[in-house]
Formats: sequence, C-alpha cells, structure tokens
Amino acid sequence: MAIDIGQFVQTFFEESFEGLDIMEAGLLALEPGTTADLEQINTIFRAAHSIKGGSGTFGFRDVTDFTHLMETLLDRMREGRMAVTHETVNTLLEARDCLQEMLVAARENVPVDAVRVQGLQERLSRLLEAEPANKDAADSEPVFATKLPPTQPVGWRIQFRPYPQLMHSGNDPVRMFRELADLGELTVRADTSRLPQLAELQPEDCYLSWELELRGVATYESVAEVFAWVEGDCDLSIEPLAEASAAPEPTAGKTADAAAESPAPGPAPDPGVGQEGQQGELLLERRKGEERRKGERRVGPPTAADSGSIRVGIDKVDTVVNLVGELVTTQSMLSALGEDFDMSRLDKLHEALDQLDRNTRDLQEQVMRIRMLPVNSVFSRFPRMVHDISGKLGKQVELRISGEQTELDKTVIEKIGDPLVHLIRNSLDHGLESIDERVQAGKPETGVIALNAYHKSGSIFIEVSDDGRGLNRDALLRKGLDVGLLRAGEDYSDEQIYDLIFHPGLSTAKQISDVSGRGVGMDVVRRNIQDVGGSIQIVSRPGRGTQITICLPLTLAILDGQLVTVGQDCYIIPLLSIIESVQIQAGSVHRVAGRGEVLRFRGRHLPILRLYELFGAAEAQTDLEKGLLVVVEADGRQVGLFVDDLQGQQQVSIKSLEKNFRRVPGVAGATILGDGRVGLILDISGLIRINQAVI
Amino acid sequence: MEAKTTDLTVQSARGLLKRDAMTQGLQYLTFNLAGEQYGVDILKVQEIRGWAPVTRMPNMPAFVRGVMNLRGAIVPVIDLRLRFELEAMEYTKITVVIVVTVRSATGSRVVGVVVDGVSDVLNVEGAEIQPPPDFGTAVNTEFISGLVTAEEGMVMLLDVDRLLSVEEMFALETARPPESVAAA
Repeated sequence: MAIDIGQFVQTFFEESFEGLDIMEAGLLALEPGTTADLEQINTIFRAAHSIKGGSGTFGFRDVTDFTHLMETLLDRMREGRMAVTHETVNTLLEARDCLQEMLVAARENVPVDAVRVQGLQERLSRLLEAEPANKDAADSEPVFATKLPPTQPVGWRIQFRPYPQLMHSGNDPVRMFRELADLGELTVRADTSRLPQLAELQPEDCYLSWELELRGVATYESVAEVFAWVEGDCDLSIEPLAEASAAPEPTAGKTADAAAESPAPGPAPDPGVGQEGQQGELLLERRKGEERRKGERRVGPPTAADSGSIRVGIDKVDTVVNLVGELVTTQSMLSALGEDFDMSRLDKLHEALDQLDRNTRDLQEQVMRIRMLPVNSVFSRFPRMVHDISGKLGKQVELRISGEQTELDKTVIEKIGDPLVHLIRNSLDHGLESIDERVQAGKPETGVIALNAYHKSGSIFIEVSDDGRGLNRDALLRKGLDVGLLRAGEDYSDEQIYDLIFHPGLSTAKQISDVSGRGVGMDVVRRNIQDVGGSIQIVSRPGRGTQITICLPLTLAILDGQLVTVGQDCYIIPLLSIIESVQIQAGSVHRVAGRGEVLRFRGRHLPILRLYELFGAAEAQTDLEKGLLVVVEADGRQVGLFVDDLQGQQQVSIKSLEKNFRRVPGVAGATILGDGRVGLILDISGLIRINQAVI
Repeated sequence: MEAKTTDLTVQSARGLLKRDAMTQGLQYLTFNLAGEQYGVDILKVQEIRGWAPVTRMPNMPAFVRGVMNLRGAIVPVIDLRLRFELEAMEYTKITVVIVVTVRSATGSRVVGVVVDGVSDVLNVEGAEIQPPPDFGTAVNTEFISGLVTAEEGMVMLLDVDRLLSVEEMFALETARPPESVAAA
C-alpha cells in the first residue's frame, strides 16, 4: 500500500520556510572575521540539511541540488576549513533568498527564475573551489569532509554513548550497528563500566557505550544517517580514521569517560596525501536540550506569506477549553433555576447571572488572546533589512530590538508591518549619518537603531529611535512655508513643525527611490496607523537623533465604554480615554484667541468641545453649566467633551462602519446597545483633530 | 421604538409570481418614489423591512439617515428621495426600507434604501428593456440602466451598484469638507 505523501507536502513547505528564517537569523549573526561559533553554523547547517532531505523526499530535485551546494559550503565552514567572510555570508544570504523563491515556486507550481538560480549556483561553486586546501570542484555527490583532501577517508571512528533512555523510544543499538556493518568493515568495542549491579539494573535503560571503527568507503553522511534517529539521545562523535598520526584530542563536553578515549592505530598509509590538513576533530554533540526546544515550539510567528492561519500555544487553547467548561456549568445551573422558578429563588438567580457575567468576560478575554501574536513576527524581518541596506549605504548600523515578546492582535500586526519598514528605512537613509560624519560629530562609528515594544495603560507602544542627525527643523520650516502649509511670521512649536513630515507634499520618500521604495510616504504611514485606531508621534533633537512612538490599541474588537447623551443621540466614549467628569462652574470658562473655549481646570486650560455642535444634534443642552464635561485624553492631549448627561457603562463589541459604509470622522466604530439600537463609538483623537482644524 | 416590521422576504415575493417562474428573463422589484415607478434587480434585494428609527450619524449629507441594526450588522440607511434631491416626505405606515447588496471594488456591502412603498415583482424579457432617456427624468440618468413599460406605466430600472457606491454618494466630499463642522 503506497502512502500518499502528498498530504505532507504542506507541512514540508511550512517547516522549510521556518528553516529559512532560522538560516537567515543564523547567517546574520555570524560575525565575519572572527572564528565562528560552531553551534551557530551547525544550526544553519541543520536547517539547510532538513530542507534538502525533505525536498528530496517530495521530488523537488532542483531544490535538493541547490541546497546541497549551500550545505557543502556550510559544512566546510563548520569544520573550520572555510573562513567566515563577508563574501561567504552574503553569498549564502542571497542563496537563501533564492532558495526561498525556489520553494515558493515549487509550492505554487510556477517556474522559477532559472537565470538567478544558475548565477547563485555558480557563485557557490566558485567559493567552494576557491578553498585553498581543497582541490575538489563542487561535485554533486556529498563529499563530506575528510581532513585529508582529496582522498576519501579510510574509515571512521565512532564514539557512541547513548543516554540511558535511548531504548525507551524503541531504538536498538544492535540494529544500528548492523546497519553500519553493511557499510563496511566494523569493529565494535563496548564499554561496560557503567553497568550497575544486577539488582539495581533497569532493564530498559542503556548503560553501555561503544567505540566503533568502520573501515571502508562509506561517506560521512551515510554513517551519520544511521544515528539520525537518536540524535537527541546520545553523545556521538564521528571522526575520520587517519593513518599514523597523533592521538586525536579528547572529546570535549560530557563524555568524561576514560574508556572512550583510546586512539586507533593508523591503517596503511594513504597514497597521494600531499597536503598537511590539520588533524582537527569533528565533534558533533547533539545536545538534547536543543532538539527538545525545537520540538516544543510554542507560539511561533506565522509562516512567511500571510497564510491566513495562526499558531497558538497549547496553554491558551487549554485555558479556553476550561472556561467553556465553566460556562456550560453555569448554563445548566441557570437552566435548572429556570425550570421551577419563583421569587424566593431570586437570589440564586442573581448569583448565577453574576457567574455568567464572569465566565463570559473571562472567556472573551482568553479568546481574544488567541489572536495575539508576539510583535517579533514583525520585528524579525528587520535585522536582515538593516544588514542589507546599511551595507548598500556604506553605513555601520546596529539594530537593537527589545520587547519583541509583547503581544499584539494579529490584524494590527499585519497592518503595522509596512509602516515600520518605512520608518526604519527613513532612519537608515536620512537619520543616520555616514561613518565620516559621525566621527566628525564625535559619535561612535556604528549608528544605533532601537526598536522597542511595550504595554502601557491598555495600549501597545512601539518606539523606533535612532541616534542620528535628527530632524532638521529649519529645513522643514522652510519647506512648510514654500508649500504654503505654514504662514510666514507665525511662531510654530517644534511639535507642529515635525508634524509637517506627515504631509503628503513634504514626503521625502520620493527622493530615494531604491532604499525607501514602494512610494509609501509618511502620510500613508500615519494613515495606516490611524486606520487601526492608533497614533504616531515624533520627538527629535538636532544632532542627537529621532524617536518615533506609535501607539496602538491592544485589541480591535472589544471596548469598555461610557454611554453619554447628546440631545437625542447616544454616544459611547472609550472608558480608557476618560480622565474624569466635571460640572462646569460659572465663570470658569474663557475664550482664548486661537484656541476656542477653554475651562480653567486645575491650573490648566482645557479646551471645550461642544459635542452637540460638532455632531449637529438637535434639542441638546447648550448651557455649559447645565450639562457635564467629560475630560478625555488622546495623543498626549486633553480635551473636555460637553455632553448632556452620563448614562451607564457597558462593555461593547466594536463593529466597523467601513464594512457597509465608510469611515466617519470622529467616530471610531459602532456597536449594538442593550436595547437593540446602534450606538456610535467616539474616536477621541479624531475629535481632537477635528476641533483643532476648526479653531 | 417600534420593532414591528413587515418582513417580506425575497422568497415570498417570488412566491407571489410562481406562475411566471418558467419565463427566462429578469426580475425586478418595483417601488414608488415621488409618483414615479422604479425597479431594482431582485437578485440584489436581500429583504424588505418597514421603516424603524435609525441611529443618526453626525456630519453626513442629509440623504444618509443613519445606521440600523440588521441582526447584528451595522447597515447604513439612505433616503432615496433626498438622494435624488426630491422633496422630502413624512414617513408613513407603508414607507419601507429595501435592503440591497451592493457590489463594489472592495467587495460587497449591505445598504438600506428608504422608498415610499413597494409594488410588484416585474418579470422582464431582456428585449423589452429600452435604453434610458437622455433627459426628462428626475433622476440622474447615470443611475438608470434601462426603461421598461409595464401595466401601470413606465418603470425606470436602477443600477444600485452605481447609485449606492460610496464614491458616487460622497463625490462632493473631496471638493469640500463634510457639512456643518461646528457652525457656531
């Protein structure tokens, strides 16, 4: 019976794209010029290896061949035979990009850009050929490194030390040795030193370790494959057998056992050995923890293209399941009460209703959390971008990311990706100075771009800051005057001038077509952010740098609201925005030129917004002293909304007006109130903006 | 607020004319507006409701009466008389809201339209439809997809997708800001 592996192809693609991400992160972390961290290269190598294997299984031959080249290169690097240079890292990065394209093409079943693939294959091959110690041209069969090129090893020495639980998963060392014996001439030496007394022996545990010698023409890969299933459950080392040579260095790490160390006597000398390659070691320590970690991946970022699916941690799902269980219990309680109800059981009814309220609230909160993803899924693309662009611009840039585990609703995350890209490109392009300029200004050569995300008072804040030259206030002022957005002779605050960069006419994106691409200007950035109910602010200091702060709502769907009446209409003010409500005292209202009506309030001047005017409400309270003033805050500004009266507070689910209608200024959305009417939810920042425009 | 509605679903409207079910042709729901008869493609009609007060929306043109709750969905309600700049009328017992599905570039939307009253479902052969006249109608001819002669007289067939497209309705928006922003 043939198993249809087609059903697993999707999984292969998902995992391969994740592997590509791992490769990219790993490659970016490699510091050219220094001796590379072995474990890091291993990680990249393993990712490539998995992709190669998987693609082979599913018949994507070209992917297999291409990945093989990368794998060979990486293997040489991890042996120390190839240096980690800018060129190799960049070539590998580009190859990785090409591989991604190839996988996408394979998935969509469209042809791939053969020219590009060819070009990269040639580059990889050239790098492999340029290896001074190696005369091999890149060939297609896996020639895993011997230390003595160009010959094949005469054999392998394998030190195999399983952890006690190896056999629990059904693995049997004897079977593995039989496989090895098929590959060549095998001698096995067992180390029984760890065997306990019979009475203490656990029959299912493995106490033995072995040293094996396999002579023959087996490749490294075929040997390693025998142990593929037990990677995480043993200490394994596979070294090439050499002819007469010094004893190999003792295996580092966990195997402290003396029995495992005896060097093998050299076999017959190998012909044609001219080079003096080092007798370095190939120590492969499969660390248990690492494999475990990979298997237990919890909330991970969604796959490369927006697949419309989400990965959710099991703990979140469990919580929801529990809460639904509680909800069901409450429901049956209410059912039972309802069957035989009379007024004497009113208390119990109230109790049950309270419980229902709690259950529903908890469930709602938990379900919302399912859609929350760590913002890292957006941040993760930036290291690569910064690396590439800074290279292109010839600047040295360090990207610091913090708070990447802060969680955001999936829809919000999708919408802020592009704006963030634009902001970072701006910093790279305009904000940070060239190395020379920085040195002249007394700054360190490497510029810093910092990305920070955190929660605060019911919102998410994302900060993008750089230590570059800051915004040029005078240039902006001049441009503003030129374009007519500012009037000459007026005194504008820094904030007002920096705000100019959000105006379409002043977008500087047009000047640099390549780096700041896609024609996304700062005005679009701001609109995108406002569309998800967020806001954006800039703080800048000339010569010191710029910081852009984006404020986003935690969730788009639920809101705690305060109902207010204005004339015949009922509106909802988000509770989070409300500072307090006051009654206006006679004589405390003044009219200030350029700012409208203000209330003298706690030593400040609070602008008053007469909602009935703004909304054209009929039959509303017009006497300021007879209504109520609700003091609200948004974007760091406070304003007082004049309403007739306060009604109750209610948790409302936000429905977008734009689904069937369009965006209405000053209104963030709508909801269905308890009596079935539609209530409009006010957009506080929008209102403040409208008010300012009117003054 | 009166919750009473006369829910004439599309199904029952079709049921009225079962005898004509075999004809190949198009069906239009006809309604009255200021003494004239108009028709809309019945496939676009989702339901028909009696008039019930809606939630007003601030700073919208007069023909946007507000939004209503249609089984949990927020649906805008447009007064067609005001949309065509005809004389407004007091709503009566037979004033209805026709809920239609409008297709646009961004997908489909649900919109409610207030008319004086509904008439019949008209079966029309494609050949019977004449092109719209160039002048002489109360309505901008862009929105009229054709003309049909029925027993009661002429019926003007409306293109709802154009009539109720957001761009059309707010074409003036780009030229000037929304009406009366805080006219003190």
